[in-house]
Amino acid sequence: MPPFGQGRSGGGGGGRGRAGDKKAGDKEKGQRRTLFRRRKVCKFCADKIDDINYKDVKLIGPFVPERGKILPRRISGTCAKHQRKLQTAIKRARQIALIPYVTE
Amino acid sequence: MSDRQYELVYILPPDTTEQQVAELQAKVEEVVTRLSGTIASTDNWGRKRLAYEIARHKEGYYVLQTINGSGELMKELDRRLKVMDIVIRQMIVRVDEAKKVVDTVQTRRRTNSERRRVKRGLPPQRQPGEGRPAGEPDDQDDDRFEVGEV
Repeated sequence: MPPFGQGRSGGGGGGRGRAGDKKAGDKEKGQRRTLFRRRKVCKFCADKIDDINYKDVKLIGPFVPERGKILPRRISGTCAKHQRKLQTAIKRARQIALIPYVTE
Repeated sequence: MSDRQYELVYILPPDTTEQQVAELQAKVEEVVTRLSGTIASTDNWGRKRLAYEIARHKEGYYVLQTINGSGELMKELDRRLKVMDIVIRQMIVRVDEAKKVVDTVQTRRRTNSERRRVKRGLPPQRQPGEGRPAGEPDDQDDDRFEVGEV
C-alpha cells in the first residue's frame, strides 16, 4: 500500500497547482470586470469544428499573433482539448512554412 | 497490414518547371509502388509564399500527396526526399487515425441531433429557413481575442 499513499501525496501537489491558478484567475477577473468583460467561448466548440488541420491557415491564423507565438488559452478561451489539437496543427504548419516560427 | 494513410507535403524551389515536378512525382510513385503502397491523391498547391526563408527562397512550390502504405515505406520515402536537392522541405503526417476520430465525432453529433429532433416531433434534418439565419452570427463584435497581456 505505500505506493498508493505516495500517489495520494502527488495528488495533493496537483491540488496545490490548481489553487494557484484559481488565485491568479480571480485577480485577473477582478481587474477585468472593471474594464471590460469578455465572452470567452472555445471557437472550435462553438462552431463545431472537429478537424483542426495544419493546412487550414485561415482557421489557425487568428491563433498565431504577429510575433508568431501560439495564443495562450487564457486569452483565446479555447478549451483544453482543442488547444492541444491547435498546438499540433500550428507546429505542423510551421514545419512547412505556412506559419512563421518567429517574426521580428 | 498496410492500411495506414499518410500525408506527404514537400516544397520545391519556385523556379521548378512542370517537367521537374512530374519527374519527382514519378520517382515518388516508383518508391511507393515498389513497397506495395498506393497514392490516393495528388494535389499541387502551386507557388505559395513561405512564412520564412528556406534555403534563400521566399516562395515555394507545394505538393501534397496522400499515400496509403506502411511505415517502412514512408521511412524510405522520407530518407529519399531528404537526399534530393530539389526538395527544400518535406513533411510526412499520419492521418488515418485522426480522420477516424473526426468521422466518429461527426456521425455521433449527427445521429444525436436527429434523434433529438425526432423526439420533438420534427423531421430529422434541418429545414431551410429554420433556426438562426446563416451568415449572421449571434455575436456581432467578435472580440474573443484581446491581446493585452501575454
